[in-house]
Amino acid sequence: MNSSILRTMARLLASLLLLASLYLLWRGHNAPGGGFSGGIMAAAAFVLMAVAFEPMAGWRATRISPLVLIPLGLGVALGSGLIGIVTGGEFLAGRWVTVDVGEGVKVGTPLLFDIGVYLVVIGVALAVIIPLMGEEE
Amino acid sequence: MELVLAVTVGWLYACGLYLLLRRTLAQVVIGLALLTNGTNLLIFVAAGLVRGEPPLIGEGEVVLAEGTADPLPQALILTAIVIGFAIQAFAMALAYRVYRSVGSDDIDALTTTEPPPPPVVMQAEEGEA
Amino acid sequence: MTVLPVLPVVVPLATAIAGLLLLSRPRWQAPVAFAGATGLLASAVGLLARTWREGIQVVEVGGWPAPFGIVLVSDMLSAVMVTVAAAVGLAATVYSFRVVDAGRIGAGYYALIHVLLLGVCGAFLSGDIFNLYVWFEVMLMASFVLLVIGGERPQFEAGLKYVALNLLGSVAFLSGVGLLYGAAGTLNMADLAVRVGQADGDARYFTVAAMLFLVAFGLKAAVFPLYFWLPASYHTAPAPVAALFAGLLTKVGVYSLLRVFTLIFTQDAGYTQELLLWISAATMVSGVLGAAAHQDMKRILSFHIISQIGYMTMGLALATPLALGGALFYMVHNIVAKTNLFFIAGVVRRLRGSYELKDLGGLGRAHPWLAAAFFVSAFSLAGVPPLSGFFAKFIMVRAAIETREYGAAAVMLGVGLLTLFSMVKIWTEVFLKPSPGGAVSEGAVGAAAWVPVVAFALLAIGMGVGAEWWWRPMELAGQQLFDRTGYLEAVLGGGSR
Repeated sequence: MNSSILRTMARLLASLLLLASLYLLWRGHNAPGGGFSGGIMAAAAFVLMAVAFEPMAGWRATRISPLVLIPLGLGVALGSGLIGIVTGGEFLAGRWVTVDVGEGVKVGTPLLFDIGVYLVVIGVALAVIIPLMGEEE
Repeated sequence: MELVLAVTVGWLYACGLYLLLRRTLAQVVIGLALLTNGTNLLIFVAAGLVRGEPPLIGEGEVVLAEGTADPLPQALILTAIVIGFAIQAFAMALAYRVYRSVGSDDIDALTTTEPPPPPVVMQAEEGEA
Repeated sequence: MTVLPVLPVVVPLATAIAGLLLLSRPRWQAPVAFAGATGLLASAVGLLARTWREGIQVVEVGGWPAPFGIVLVSDMLSAVMVTVAAAVGLAATVYSFRVVDAGRIGAGYYALIHVLLLGVCGAFLSGDIFNLYVWFEVMLMASFVLLVIGGERPQFEAGLKYVALNLLGSVAFLSGVGLLYGAAGTLNMADLAVRVGQADGDARYFTVAAMLFLVAFGLKAAVFPLYFWLPASYHTAPAPVAALFAGLLTKVGVYSLLRVFTLIFTQDAGYTQELLLWISAATMVSGVLGAAAHQDMKRILSFHIISQIGYMTMGLALATPLALGGALFYMVHNIVAKTNLFFIAGVVRRLRGSYELKDLGGLGRAHPWLAAAFFVSAFSLAGVPPLSGFFAKFIMVRAAIETREYGAAAVMLGVGLLTLFSMVKIWTEVFLKPSPGGAVSEGAVGAAAWVPVVAFALLAIGMGVGAEWWWRPMELAGQQLFDRTGYLEAVLGGGSR
């Protein structure tokens, strides 16, 4: 797509979307939101970049390749599960640090798990969408 | 409300199955998508409908109030949507690849994986000749 | 705290993650996959030993007690299946070393194998019906991709048929889960068993859900009349992938049938068993007749997968402790023999460049060891003593006679004879008759491909000669399936530690 209006706005909108996606991820512990919806929104930001410029622009904008984001996210999620075992509980048992960071959100393994989901969703969505966009040309 | 949704589920299944039986690749993929969504709606209806009472624990409380919606089917549907999303994306990409390599979107053209016609027919022809 | 039942899920996941992170380093792929598969086998054997000594193992994931949280349950059936799956995974990994091309490895071939193993092991261990669905999808997703990566037109076409029909099965499965949850209000399989048993909820929904599960698992297990996707797709996959599919995927369907119809849906046992009896007989006969009509080695073997599935579901239909244990014994024997036959077909293809019987020949003289391995696996499949298949069939026929199902016994014996006919056909065409083209130039087969072939052939002999030793865990599994109270107590009685 070749639209200078879209190209001018894309960077701004994409950063706003990314910010909103992080907010969704953060509040997901106690309120609607979470890793999946946040991840989808972040992926939308990168897809917007791909639509405005060219497909690979969305791919590069993630800095870390989406194909690396997938195992990275899986690793974070798996790690959050293993913390439960290491600390003497069951697999995936919740463990929290005692700092209260406001809004009733406590930092703990469920948040870590959500971050993993967030990364995997971005990676998978982009790995599916962007190559298909490239097919058009 | 249950009745309306139940009819919708049936309608989605019917349309999905109809499309699945069509010969066009794209229609088959859309049919699969409709079936998946019909199933998500089925879980939603089967688990019971509660209007306007989201399963959120209020400020200062520790348990869900009586009469709120059951959160579990919502979690199931979310999971099923994610899985459906992945599989539909894969099916779409695959259908596109098939279209590109076969050069047709007709399901009946997908014959390379089928065995060649049985030799019995050929023997009969030789016998006649 | 019990870690062991979690390991068969954690190890393949960690291996897949490592494989994907190292995707840009093709040289690392095989060693990582090998290490992961070895680790999986070790943890599976550990789990089997623990389950054998100490009884059913339960892990409440996240520390949430059943029936509210998700549980992983390892009874003898699960533990044995996980161990066999791990063995097949290791064998397929080793077999792949020299056989799989760089394009597939670059696309994450080894990582996908471990995702597949993750799905399979997860399905075997899940104690929660919705999680079973999720593990199924993980497994299917990996199998879809494994079938088509690095592929050409035949793989794409086969992949589309495979995806469409399996997705239809998943829809039936999920619909069943939804109805079951609506009627019983729980997803924990042990809790479901209790509630369905007490008809706590509308019993009509239970029957509908049971039939939906029968269709869904029947489709995945490829029973009559739901098997058409299997011979249309399996033979297009590369040899190690076809072996993995043939060995494991349909068996997960059979496992789920065994689990669901011995644990949850026992309320209308007479009807289901009668239905399964006919389905099993039709599966056996149609599969073996389909095989008789074909002239392509991999295609013949694909139809035999179907035929053999009938024997396993027959164990469920007869539903005595002997028959259920026999079904498990049959499954293990079949996984060993069938996987090896696909390995051997792959070796034949690499040597001579074809799967067509008419193009092949003279391999018995040229490669006596390959011929010996094929002989053992094929005749084990057909049920020739003293190989593993003989005892598997013997147990099943004996179970049929004990329950006075003489017709079923006759069908099993008849199909055994027809299987022998098919195997003799391959044997004479591929190994005995002289090569049609005279002298042939042969492709290279790395030593790595021989290791699993020989190992599985020895296993088939071992299972036959030492049948009594192998039968003991299966016998216990059969008893656990027949009398579900042990399972219910282990999960619901808080007996996780």
